[in-house]
Amino acid sequence: MPVFERDDTQIWRRRTTRENMIRWFGWLAGLVVFAWCWQIISASTTWFFVWDAPRIANDIWTRATPPRWEYITQLGRPIWDTLNIATLGTIIALFLAVPVAFLAAQNTTPSKLLIRPLALLIIVSTRSINSLIWALLLIAIIGPGVFAGVIAIAIRSVGFCAKLLYEAIEEIDHSQVEAITATGGSRWQVMAYGIVPQILPAFAGIAVFRWDINIRESTVLGLVGAGGIGLQLSASLNVLAWPQVSLILIVILVAVIISEWVSAKVRGAII
Amino acid sequence: MSDVTLDNMVGHRWRKPAFIKNVALRWTLILGFVAYLIAAFMTIEVDWGRVYEGLDRGWAFVLAFTSPDFTSRWSDIWSGLLESIVMTVAASVVGIIISIPIGLGAARNVAPLPVYVICRGIVAISRALQEIIVAILLVAIFGFGPLAGFLTLSFATIGFLSKLLAEDIEAMDRVQAEAIRASGARWVQWINYGVQPQVMPRLVGLSMYRIDINFRESAILGLVGAGGIGATLNTAFDRYEYDTAAAILLIIIGIVMALEYLSGIIRARVQ
Repeated sequence: MPVFERDDTQIWRRRTTRENMIRWFGWLAGLVVFAWCWQIISASTTWFFVWDAPRIANDIWTRATPPRWEYITQLGRPIWDTLNIATLGTIIALFLAVPVAFLAAQNTTPSKLLIRPLALLIIVSTRSINSLIWALLLIAIIGPGVFAGVIAIAIRSVGFCAKLLYEAIEEIDHSQVEAITATGGSRWQVMAYGIVPQILPAFAGIAVFRWDINIRESTVLGLVGAGGIGLQLSASLNVLAWPQVSLILIVILVAVIISEWVSAKVRGAII
Repeated sequence: MSDVTLDNMVGHRWRKPAFIKNVALRWTLILGFVAYLIAAFMTIEVDWGRVYEGLDRGWAFVLAFTSPDFTSRWSDIWSGLLESIVMTVAASVVGIIISIPIGLGAARNVAPLPVYVICRGIVAISRALQEIIVAILLVAIFGFGPLAGFLTLSFATIGFLSKLLAEDIEAMDRVQAEAIRASGARWVQWINYGVQPQVMPRLVGLSMYRIDINFRESAILGLVGAGGIGATLNTAFDRYEYDTAAAILLIIIGIVMALEYLSGIIRARVQ
């Protein structure tokens, strides 16, 4: 702890002068980087539009209100599609995530040198790419539609679910596994009776949590053509039908709130 | 376990306890789920011929990962990537700075009720709207370019960080904060010495995590015209230039991995 003597009195300070200087230069460097970033953003911005923004926003608002309520009759099918994309995508993802998680967890992986890095690579690469990008890719490959959305959501969720699941597997209580092993259980029996019961609550929690996120993501997948309510949103935006856009946004908001409520209820019941 | 229950169990084969104990609830859930799955599968139209045709293209894309083309569109990739990084940095800085006061306001043990309600409202709005939808609206208002993306990411950061920060403040140790207050500290000093040291490690960790998310999100904002690498990626997919698309995806994965590694180091240091 740095204590300075000045005029025979000891003065306590939080940091030494050297530490203070380092911090000061760190902040300065951060500020410079931020200023540079802002410079770039500002250079590629049409400032006239920005000064005009309040008027535009006001204009959009007056066009968008009131929402065209009768349009909701056409939204039934897209909402059903959205729900299917999220749910089926989550289910497929869970089926794929379980083996990946077992291969990635340190205490269950068959080979730490070969298979674990591969499993971790699958987790990182599927996790770091947004579902919209997966959807873009899948539409180029298998054509637009709900199916592409389901697969996109599934691929995106594999990494997320597998990561949380393998962390749960690594945190299990080892004595239970040992007890099953001591009774002479085979590798599969150890898994079924020693490990699975311990991670089942975590698994259910992850499934519901990811389903909630997937509902959010599947509402916008249609923007790139992968089915669901986003298709209607992008169609309405393209023809500048603002009253329809506002209705769709309200519907999406309600769907997100409901899915969050359901997921919170289920997780509350499990944990 | 009492003798009576033990007597009842003698002579019966042990069975795995069910995950959901209530029999009626369990079967309703299972049957409902199966019914839903059947309904969902019935309504999904999969054009298997189209999927089969696409398999070749899918395989071409997988092969493209083995020979990604960084060079022929490098100037496009570079400008998009730079814009993404700039947006991420600027939005993270602004988002974190704004989310600290809002996080304080959204913690019930720090803020008075009116402030609490307002801040929680801001958090709820920010969390309910997805980035991509906010980006669409902001592009309509502010015009194309990275400014819209920057504002979108800042807005999303505020919702995410403020909520988690507020939860951390609410869960803090009261004793330390009270000790500071008992020494006669003003409100600012109380926050600075009683609250801030307790939540700082978590704030740093969450900020790093959010920077990571912001970069990933900045990769898709380009799809709706809000700047960043997404526009380049979209063009590459539209032109079936899989080698360029693979190169962009590899860059994104690489940066996300680097960020994750960096945030791991920083989080280990502050905690």
